[in-house]
Amino acid sequence: MTALDSLKNLDPEHGVAYVRQVPVAPQTPPVTERGMLRWLRMNFFATPLDALMTIGVLLLIAWVVPPFLDFMIFDATWSGRDREACLSTVARPEAGACWAFVRDRFAYFIYGSYPLSERWRVDVFFAMLAVGIVWMLKLDAPRRDLGAVYFFIVLPIVSYVLLTGLPAMGLPEVDTTLWGGVLVTIVVAAVGIVVSLPIGIVLALGRRSEMPAVRLLSVIYIEFVRGVPLITVLFMASVMLPLFVPEAYSPDKLLRALVGIAMFASAYMAEVVRAGLQAIPKGQYEGAMALGLGYWQRMRFIILPQALKITIPNIVNTYIGLFKDTTLVFIVGIFDLLKTIEAARIDPHWATPVTSTTGYAFAAIFYFVCCYMMSRYAKGVEARLARAERR
Amino acid sequence: MSATEHAGPPKVSPLYDPRVRSIAYQLVLCGIVAFLAYGAISNAAENLARARIASGFSFWNVTAGFDISQTLIDYSPQTSTYGRAFWVGLLNTLLVAAIGIAFATVLGFLIGIARLSRNLLVARLAAGYVELIRNLPLLLQLLFWYNAVLKALPPVRESISVGGALFLNNRGLFLPEFRFQGGGLALLAAFALALAGSISFAAWAGRHQMRTGRRPPVLPLVIALFVGLPFMVLLTGSVHLAITFPEVGRFNIRGGTEILPEFVALVFGLVIYTAAFIAEVVRAGILSVSRGQTEAAYALGLRHGLTLRLVVIPQAMRVIIPPLTSQYLNLTKNSSLAVAIGYPDLVQVFTGTVLNQTGQAVEVVVITMAVYLTISLLTSLVMNIYNARMALVER
Repeated sequence: MTALDSLKNLDPEHGVAYVRQVPVAPQTPPVTERGMLRWLRMNFFATPLDALMTIGVLLLIAWVVPPFLDFMIFDATWSGRDREACLSTVARPEAGACWAFVRDRFAYFIYGSYPLSERWRVDVFFAMLAVGIVWMLKLDAPRRDLGAVYFFIVLPIVSYVLLTGLPAMGLPEVDTTLWGGVLVTIVVAAVGIVVSLPIGIVLALGRRSEMPAVRLLSVIYIEFVRGVPLITVLFMASVMLPLFVPEAYSPDKLLRALVGIAMFASAYMAEVVRAGLQAIPKGQYEGAMALGLGYWQRMRFIILPQALKITIPNIVNTYIGLFKDTTLVFIVGIFDLLKTIEAARIDPHWATPVTSTTGYAFAAIFYFVCCYMMSRYAKGVEARLARAERR
Repeated sequence: MSATEHAGPPKVSPLYDPRVRSIAYQLVLCGIVAFLAYGAISNAAENLARARIASGFSFWNVTAGFDISQTLIDYSPQTSTYGRAFWVGLLNTLLVAAIGIAFATVLGFLIGIARLSRNLLVARLAAGYVELIRNLPLLLQLLFWYNAVLKALPPVRESISVGGALFLNNRGLFLPEFRFQGGGLALLAAFALALAGSISFAAWAGRHQMRTGRRPPVLPLVIALFVGLPFMVLLTGSVHLAITFPEVGRFNIRGGTEILPEFVALVFGLVIYTAAFIAEVVRAGILSVSRGQTEAAYALGLRHGLTLRLVVIPQAMRVIIPPLTSQYLNLTKNSSLAVAIGYPDLVQVFTGTVLNQTGQAVEVVVITMAVYLTISLLTSLVMNIYNARMALVER
């Protein structure tokens, strides 16, 4: 008989008084190790250096954010007829942003000098473009093949007729020198987007071709354009292009800039597509050959669908760069959004110390919203592709 | 028929022979390209003749006759040639690129590392910076810095002053000027000697460590060399250093070194823009080093700092350097946006003013493009050599 048994015998009902039957409830961790405090400590005050940085950043925010909000919202002028409204007065020593200026010139920022009676054509163009973009971007939209035809063939032709005019159809001609603002920014970006993808694909295929002459020409073109700044390509397009064509066909200013942008964007697109082509395993090429497909069939049905799919995020990122780069047409004298703002901000009717900043803030909001949406889209597609890979 | 007759490839019509076809395609392509080039050249010759524009590079030696606001080499509008103006512009481009690259690297690394910080606030702030800056056009940022910030600074008489030595106003940034009167060469030689000594000592120290496991004290010796040698030169008393502080006058600032507001705005814009991209490169590089490497280094008993320095960063640099170089190239190419705010870089001086004065568009644009192309190709050459040396040696 062991010692324990003998003890149990003393009181068989309850065991021994000093032996616990149930575990003790765990003690709650110290206050700094749980909940809100733990989160604060781990994320903001893990080490003395972290604490110092946190305080520094908080001070920075306190220093920057209130004046920024004051300028943009609380001290801002929302309505008024001319510069008088936006000047600082005794009652309001710190004049904020002059949004009245943006409201007054808003139509100019959107349409430039496009004739008032014809502006509905621009609106129709914007609407058609929006339909095309949504159709192309929504990966599960119906009939995306039709969408591609619409976006890459129908839309450019209809937009051209709509915007430049066709007197035979009752649309008076509008000279491109009158175009301006967001319209031009969108036209330049859209032409770059629509033209650069097909040309980029052809150049990328050319660079991977087995024919030495084709490969050499593609490499020279791509490396040449990527090695020089966009601004020199635009200068080339605007001062050299007119020399290279017979005088009768001399392109107008906007068309020259469009050619420059399209040339530039195509070279960058070619490299993006090439990266996608290289990522396709060799077995896919060989499998397609084994099926007896010719070169274009292999590319059309086997290689490009896979390569382009994995390249979508990079293509969109290239488009973001292109969209930002459209501002450079400003330097060769095209009235894009930035140029209209430059023109409006020095107009004596509205010139105040805050007008420039307000104009730039408006442009910044426009470009940021557009680019941010594109980059979110690219991230979304990337996540979707990653999910498909994981299966 | 006997089998021997089929030893060669089967005979096909030349129309379906891939080799014949490929040659035909290439001939057609070359023909088209040659035809286009010929058409362009003959049109250009005709158009130039009609516009009475000279061709050729004889304008290179013609007197320029326009002034340039910032010149690193001697230049005068009366006597200097267009060729001289080209060199002035090129040097200005290189100056802005060099300074921009230095600052952008520092800022970019700081922000890239901050994005990976454990401190949520710091990481979010860095992420916000990157998102904001990358989604705004560089040209807009340059115009903002130039027109909305620098041009809005107070006039000369109300200059913002830092310690009475540094002045900032709407005419630019004014710094004290340092000028050596005699003995400057000796001082320079002392620094060169210190640099050479430090490098050779560090190399020897590395070998010594490999041999014996002990590392000789490198840092103290380097500091001693860099402080001691120039100090000894100063002790000889042959060096006179003259410092001129800028002084605020009624209409202008006298003395000191003047830095153009265009230059300040350009460097500011380029640094802030490129740093956002460099930050992403750095972040991707550090994340590419697998966590196991850090853990293994800890397991070997290395401390946090040594782990970073000896294990993580050397491996991250392999991933960081190629895209970093392309960011440097981008910065150099983007410096051509100087033309929008009037900083006299290559494009503004040469493709702007010289082109307008001579009208020789083809020659001027070709020269400008050749310059940028040379820079790009040289950089990618160096990059290829570096990549070949750094590539992981796998079995």
